[in-house]
Amino acid sequence: MKRQLPLALVFSFSLLMIIQYFIPHDISLYVNEFLLKWIYIIGIFAMALGIWSLVRVSMAKIKTKKEDWQYSIVTLVSLFLMILFGFDFFRHFFSAEGLKNQMFVHFFDYILIPIQASMFSLLAFFIASAAYRAFRAHSIVATLLLVSALIVMLRFNPYLGPVGAYMEKTASWLLNVPNLAAKRAIVIGIGLGSVATALKVMLGIERSYLGKD
Amino acid sequence: MESMTMETYLWTTLGAFLSLCIFSFLYKDNPFYKFAEHLVAGLAAGYFVIILWHNGLKPNLFDYVGDGNFYLLWLDSSHPWYMVPAFLGALMWTRFSRKWSWVSRWPMAIYIGIGVGLSIPLGMRNAVNMQLFSTMRPMAWDNFLGNGYLDPTSGFSHLLIFVGMLAALFYFFFSKEHKGVFNGVAKFGIGILMIGFGATFGFTVMARISLFIQRIQKLGEWSSISWTDGAFTAIWLIVCGSFIAVGIYEFIKYMRNRGQTKAAA
Amino acid sequence: MNLFNRLMFLDRRWIFLLLALVCIITYVIPFEIPVTKTNEVRAIYNYIEALKPGDIIHLGVDYDPSSLAELHPMTYAIAEHAFRKNMKVIFTALSQNGPGMVDQAIRDLTDSMKLDRTYNGVFYKGREIKNGEDYAFLGYKPYPALVIYGMGQNYRIPFPSDYYGTPLDSIPIMKKVKNYDQVKCVVGIIAGNVADMWIVYGQGRYNFKLALGMTGVMGADYYPYLNTGQIFGIMGGLLGAAQYEDLADNQGPAKDGMRVQVFAHILIMIFIVLANIGFFMAKGSLMGKEVR
Repeated sequence: MKRQLPLALVFSFSLLMIIQYFIPHDISLYVNEFLLKWIYIIGIFAMALGIWSLVRVSMAKIKTKKEDWQYSIVTLVSLFLMILFGFDFFRHFFSAEGLKNQMFVHFFDYILIPIQASMFSLLAFFIASAAYRAFRAHSIVATLLLVSALIVMLRFNPYLGPVGAYMEKTASWLLNVPNLAAKRAIVIGIGLGSVATALKVMLGIERSYLGKD
Repeated sequence: MESMTMETYLWTTLGAFLSLCIFSFLYKDNPFYKFAEHLVAGLAAGYFVIILWHNGLKPNLFDYVGDGNFYLLWLDSSHPWYMVPAFLGALMWTRFSRKWSWVSRWPMAIYIGIGVGLSIPLGMRNAVNMQLFSTMRPMAWDNFLGNGYLDPTSGFSHLLIFVGMLAALFYFFFSKEHKGVFNGVAKFGIGILMIGFGATFGFTVMARISLFIQRIQKLGEWSSISWTDGAFTAIWLIVCGSFIAVGIYEFIKYMRNRGQTKAAA
Repeated sequence: MNLFNRLMFLDRRWIFLLLALVCIITYVIPFEIPVTKTNEVRAIYNYIEALKPGDIIHLGVDYDPSSLAELHPMTYAIAEHAFRKNMKVIFTALSQNGPGMVDQAIRDLTDSMKLDRTYNGVFYKGREIKNGEDYAFLGYKPYPALVIYGMGQNYRIPFPSDYYGTPLDSIPIMKKVKNYDQVKCVVGIIAGNVADMWIVYGQGRYNFKLALGMTGVMGADYYPYLNTGQIFGIMGGLLGAAQYEDLADNQGPAKDGMRVQVFAHILIMIFIVLANIGFFMAKGSLMGKEVR
């Protein structure tokens, strides 16, 4: 029950999906529809795990008064507020009124968006710093990387005069030829790797998803 | 400039204030940054709860079983079999129990089985075969040098894609020692890969700068609106003034510390 | 410590400050720069431009606020282009905060569509776009690969009702749509690996016209799929968005941001050159010391 049943389930469901892929008969389409509808429901329950996990971690932090525990209160309060607005102050559970609630929309537009967007915009500074510190032409391959990056960065610079047109063509060629060759090799490598891993999972050779015991 | 109500202006100011809180991290970690960080974690989670309910459980489960009896677990509804995936989904929550966490493997196995079953034929066709077919097209010998400067459609470019791809793949092939000719091939492969990574880096710089540009645009809009009304201007001055004051204070502290370190050295 | 050694040990906050200053100054001073168009973006614009009024396109808004800087302009430009030409748009959101992005875009587009505009010399009278008639917003579902796969059989499998809870069969434009066969193209505006899923589980299975708008970070990685014809166009990052805005003659934040982009790039290139000069000179002086 603990190990054999999950292995059997993985094998039989994957086989079922492979069969339905190669035989698009009405019955297989019906089975496909049925399975997909099921899997979305399972998926939603699985997604909710992450949220509960955040709540548990925050609660534990507050209980044990770990460093910066006060901020966990902010997390929990904001989580609760968003749920409160999303259900239109718990007035509408089964209609989407909450999604139109002004506070729900404002919290998203004026708090969530600015913070998330600003947080990621910090990366602009870190990439400048990284370019300054790590981008060194200390070998031939590093020089290739550097030159390729510079060409791509210069491709839309309008102040290069007559060189500009050549830079643009060079960048276009670079993206469509050597870059394509490199990325194609990576795509094929990843593709073969993931198919091989999928086969190993299907046949029960790869079982790390089962965890221990 | 469009007129703006005080309510909307205050919301916009809140957004701007929180953005500045985040930017304060560039100097060093501080309580304002931590506050904003934790605030967004909670809001994003709360938002996701609502979306999962209104766009997930409600339409995909409760709308089907909703005509049944709550106390009979909706088993008398017109779609009772939808309770099976709901039960399986609920089993996922046993992960939080040490004793029963193994039960969560069943729904996970179904999900993995479906995912794996789909990815084998589709992954093979679309990530491997299609790429190989496209590389193995007949070579355009009559157009080997192409038209004009660096033509990506030329035969030469095609040959370079073919050879470059093989060399890059060979670089990851460790069953044969990279010696002699093979070393040369592997070196050519790493060269091609580096050009690819360089292109990605060039794109990444653009991507990261774009994120900051958008914030400047938004803060700029907020600032320009702030000068349309006296009340707005006062709020703007308070928010910006406090950040600037803290900035100047920290800068003086930094310079003073630097002077002391130099003197000590 | 000489100048070159100093360059090597520069406090990174000076770099931050310089970058911020360059970006702010170039933003404050209004000027325009020309944007050159690439074939990858032109292909998307030309395809949508050639569609007829009433045709339906599917816009996959698969990003969160963290990437909105690059991707929101694409969504706005493409959706407005389609609406102005009286096409219908189906929106889906397959990332966690994606529904909020679509919701915001629809509100803004509803406002901007009310205004009279002239694009590329053609006058478009303002009108109100209506939910269900001009667009349908299907909302969010987890596990993008399986959702994309499911929509290929029938949109109603993953989405029995739309974002607002209306059953799909009650939405006028969805009455004609069963699966991808009834949409003229799918344009995925994507941050993350959902792009691979659209290719592998969507286009690769159901063979529809697919174009991708993506973050700059991903931009260079999808050329192999363009070459095989699995996708017919790529819009990479802010530059891609700016090109689309320019082609549609609808200047937005992307084109506006390109002038800042150019100068920020010049500054970063100066950083790289200076750091390399510092590296080689400092290396030389250190080696000299070792010899001594």
